[in-house]
Amino acid sequence: MDPTLLKVRRAVQAAIATLSSSTDGVQLSETLGTIKRYLGGTENQVSLKEREEFTHVHFSTFLQGLVSNLSPEWIELLTSDQQKELWDSFFLEGPADQAFLVLLDSIISTGPSFRLMKIISVLEQFLQTGGMSALMWEVCHQQAQAGSPMLQETLLNKVVCLPDHLCNKLHGSNLPIFFPQNYFPLLATEIIQVLQRIADSLRDGLDCSISFVSQVLGKVCVHGRQKEILKVLMPRLIDLTMADCIWQRMCWRLVECVPDRWMEAVVCGFVQTAPGAGVLSRLLGNLVVKNKKAQFVLTQKLLLLQYGYATAVLQNLIGYLALDSLRRSLLIKVLKELLETWGSSSAVKHSPVEQQLYVSKAILICLAHLKESEVESNSQELLTSLMAGMKCHLDSNLPRIRRLGMIVAESISSRISKDGPSLRFQYEDDDETRELKSLWMHTSPQPPVINLPSVCGSDSPSAIPEPSGNPHPAVPEQGADSELDSDDDLTPYDMSEDKELKKMKAPVYIRDCIEVLTGSEDVDKWEATMKVLESLVRRNSAATREVSLELAKVLLHLEEKTYTEGFVGLRQRALVAVTITEPVPVVQYLTSQFYSLNYSLRQRMDILDVLALAAQELAQPHAGGKKKPCSAQSPCISMLPGADSSQDWRRIVDERIKSKTRRFAKGQSLAEPACGPNRFSSVAGHFFFPLIQNFDRPLVTFDLLGDDHLLLGRLAHTLAILMYFAVHTVVAAAMGKALLEFVWALRFHTDSYVRQGLLSSVSSVLLSVPSEHLLEAMSEEFLETQSWLADVAENDPDADCRRLAWQNLLLMENLLKKLRSVPS
Amino acid sequence: MALPPPDPQFVLRGTSAEIHTLHFSCGSQEPDYPLLFSGSSNGLIHIWNLKTRRVDTVLDGHGGKSVYWVEAIYDRDRLLSQGRDQKICLWDLAEGRNTVTDSVFTENVGFCKCSLLRVAQGHWLMAMPGKDLDEIQVLELPSKTSVCTLKPEADAKPGMPMCLKLWQPDFGSCPFLLAGYEDGSVILWNLSEAKILSRLTCHLEPVMSLDFDSEKTKGVSGSSEKVLSVWSLDEQQNLKVQKTQELINAGIADVTIRQDKKILATAGWDHRIRIFGWKKLKPLAVLSYHTATVHCVSFSDHRRPNERLLAAGSTDHRISVWSVYNEI
Repeated sequence: MDPTLLKVRRAVQAAIATLSSSTDGVQLSETLGTIKRYLGGTENQVSLKEREEFTHVHFSTFLQGLVSNLSPEWIELLTSDQQKELWDSFFLEGPADQAFLVLLDSIISTGPSFRLMKIISVLEQFLQTGGMSALMWEVCHQQAQAGSPMLQETLLNKVVCLPDHLCNKLHGSNLPIFFPQNYFPLLATEIIQVLQRIADSLRDGLDCSISFVSQVLGKVCVHGRQKEILKVLMPRLIDLTMADCIWQRMCWRLVECVPDRWMEAVVCGFVQTAPGAGVLSRLLGNLVVKNKKAQFVLTQKLLLLQYGYATAVLQNLIGYLALDSLRRSLLIKVLKELLETWGSSSAVKHSPVEQQLYVSKAILICLAHLKESEVESNSQELLTSLMAGMKCHLDSNLPRIRRLGMIVAESISSRISKDGPSLRFQYEDDDETRELKSLWMHTSPQPPVINLPSVCGSDSPSAIPEPSGNPHPAVPEQGADSELDSDDDLTPYDMSEDKELKKMKAPVYIRDCIEVLTGSEDVDKWEATMKVLESLVRRNSAATREVSLELAKVLLHLEEKTYTEGFVGLRQRALVAVTITEPVPVVQYLTSQFYSLNYSLRQRMDILDVLALAAQELAQPHAGGKKKPCSAQSPCISMLPGADSSQDWRRIVDERIKSKTRRFAKGQSLAEPACGPNRFSSVAGHFFFPLIQNFDRPLVTFDLLGDDHLLLGRLAHTLAILMYFAVHTVVAAAMGKALLEFVWALRFHTDSYVRQGLLSSVSSVLLSVPSEHLLEAMSEEFLETQSWLADVAENDPDADCRRLAWQNLLLMENLLKKLRSVPS
Repeated sequence: MALPPPDPQFVLRGTSAEIHTLHFSCGSQEPDYPLLFSGSSNGLIHIWNLKTRRVDTVLDGHGGKSVYWVEAIYDRDRLLSQGRDQKICLWDLAEGRNTVTDSVFTENVGFCKCSLLRVAQGHWLMAMPGKDLDEIQVLELPSKTSVCTLKPEADAKPGMPMCLKLWQPDFGSCPFLLAGYEDGSVILWNLSEAKILSRLTCHLEPVMSLDFDSEKTKGVSGSSEKVLSVWSLDEQQNLKVQKTQELINAGIADVTIRQDKKILATAGWDHRIRIFGWKKLKPLAVLSYHTATVHCVSFSDHRRPNERLLAAGSTDHRISVWSVYNEI
């Protein structure tokens, strides 16, 4: 063995022995001073070889010895200067990696004690004095000369998990510097310093590995601290890479060297924090082409699998793909994949609306980045996916999805045929559509905007000087046409009421109405008839009963011959009025027509609406009959002086009381809640059962379980409404049972609108059917439904469905609770 | 924001028949009160006292046939009335009498109202539809001698006369007659030579009513169409269309220019009375009160301008009386 090495070993062993046994301060400081020479300092008595031997082999052992001897009595043997000089400096000036490891290991293994406090204060100093950058630099340096992977792995763990370790150890008395929100920004500045040193050494032509820094970055990101570290790192990197190509290369390398398993976290962090696509492109370079994992994350995961990111992130990402010719092929590939998802009917049906919105946004941004030549070469494929996607979007029952489809289809078609005719849909603009449109408009050329100010400019000056330059415009004209202005002293009255006079007198008899609606070619008369029909029907119930069925037929088949304001509403109200006047035959007719041939969707939906509205009106307490007695009882009745002539003794007494009572307020006495017989109860069955009977029998033109799922959804909702209004009726129990069976049969329907209807039906059943009956006679259905609801609440892709299911479960819970609380 | 249109000042009810014509007589001195004559479809003429707003007298002289023109002369001691019984009656109303003293048989079955023009103290010219359908007769009153008979040439074919207006320029004595015809034309007749001076086709439908402002030699006519036509007469005695005013609803039953030539009123088939500025035909107000066709409008001849009234008679048996644009 080399004698110099032996010498060092002996010295260290002697020192450790002295440190553990001696109680003499002078001896201790001397010993420490001896060892300190090996770290290098002012005196050069120690050879380079000895020094290397010490730092490589004995330093950790020595530090451990130092730590293990640490106790209040022992440290008091040294003066505070000596403590700093001799004790602390070993940790702060020696090789940072070993010192850090020893410190952290000791912290982990030590319980709360003086020693722990001392070590922590040293660690704090270590962090404050840039120990981390020294540590990382050392590792990077070693890596270039192949250091040990085990040590690196341990170091990496300790560096990234430092806040966790300290937090676990110190609980409430943790120091602020070890808080994650402080530690990771600090780490970021240290990383920048290391990168700075690496850049310097690269400029000097020395080789240096950056991979440890990448690992630190990756691990921090995967631990969920992207925001803290990138908040500091990103702006510095943006500044440094602005002009310097070495820094740019280093930054690319930094991200490329992140191990695959952490790549996703880093890339996501970069995409989210970057202030723009250009910056992102500068920082990441062509990473997406070089690294498979990054490619997967950027082109698949962020776009197709996740949908929680803001629009700015999408713009960053797609803009990044569009900025380099190497990546543009990926842009087109991404667009195709997005369109495939957009156009897949299964995706439209099963994915949540938010995700579809996200995909639509991504498509629109891609389209905005596409060049003319690229559009032309891909126009056929774009057209194909446009057709497929439009069909399944317009098929959807949810208006929001339909509108998404319309907007995307419009923008694709206008991209394909730049000058030719493009698709135009009618929909109402709201914030969402405006945002989507702005996405795809923002990069298209806008020459009209540039021209606009000049047009305005030429208009406005000519308009402004006229009044100012000509203060007496009337003067020259006075002689010529003096009568012109003399009319003006007569101020006109408001003439807005002067409208076209409707010549046609509305018919007064219901039979006349039928005649007009069926035969008349006179448009004015027809319109006037529509307007009075509802009130006529309501006023003449006896006359209506004679022709109710005929009238219902006419109204159901009525088409809007000419534009009439509010025609749909007028017809609907008239039909409702007819239905209420004579419920049984009209409802029988309507329900039978719902399942017969040759009706349009619109008519069938009208039938459902009319049934629901009529049920509502029938179920409500009769308002018309209520009014009269109410006004008779009101206190504003006039007092008759000749009251004694009245036979009614009660009235006399009342009046005497009234005359002796002083009233300070004339307000109506408390309004009684309206009450009256539920007119719906006797006819509820006529409304309900014919509708629920035939849903599974497809006709040639009408297949509820097939394509007409919109109508099935409406039917489910209508049944729910009917069920709801049948509360307190005798048939409610039977209706509830039938409805639950209906729900059970359709529970796995793919359309979310239908499922919403079914869930509303369940709510209605829970609210309307008496709870005793529900739990005793229908307990099996009840339990089945409950398990289905639990499944929906957990797994349904549609947020509304989940909410409804939760509500239902809550209702069930309440019912059970109520039943339990009632002692039977 | 413009003011809402005014309401009628008062409404005269009680004729229990459609009102076809109105005539004010308000120019007399104080102890006499202002009167309004109204002719209705049941042949009665009501004389309304505008102070008490009640009927003073009811005259019955047309055998139940509707009265469609009344005019008072001799400071309302005499009254002329024209009825569908083809008679024009002269009533004596002086000192509380109410008897028919004279009458003219017109032999005409049309609806054309007569027109009266005072040419000298105690002398009037009256234009009335003649025996033939397209003929107009002008009589001198009170002598009832025929001044002339105006008959268009055989190939002119303007149809029946629908409305007449006798007028005399401020200078020169020769009176003229403006007549609106069934084919929508307005013809200016020279009475002394009994020939057509000018003919202007200003409507496509029969001219229902016309009025003429002799100061500005400018007139206005309304028909069953949606337009009001303003035409002027130049020095060469030619009629020219000056302006047409589009209306909201079709049908003008009567048009009258106020005596001060500031505004004009129209009676509409759309139940509304419209007020226009006469200078430029600027629409000023739409007065709605009636619930049926308005047949006639008339401005009162109050001496003080701020008392002037506008009356309108309608199929709904009511006479509405308004006070508009008097504050000048």
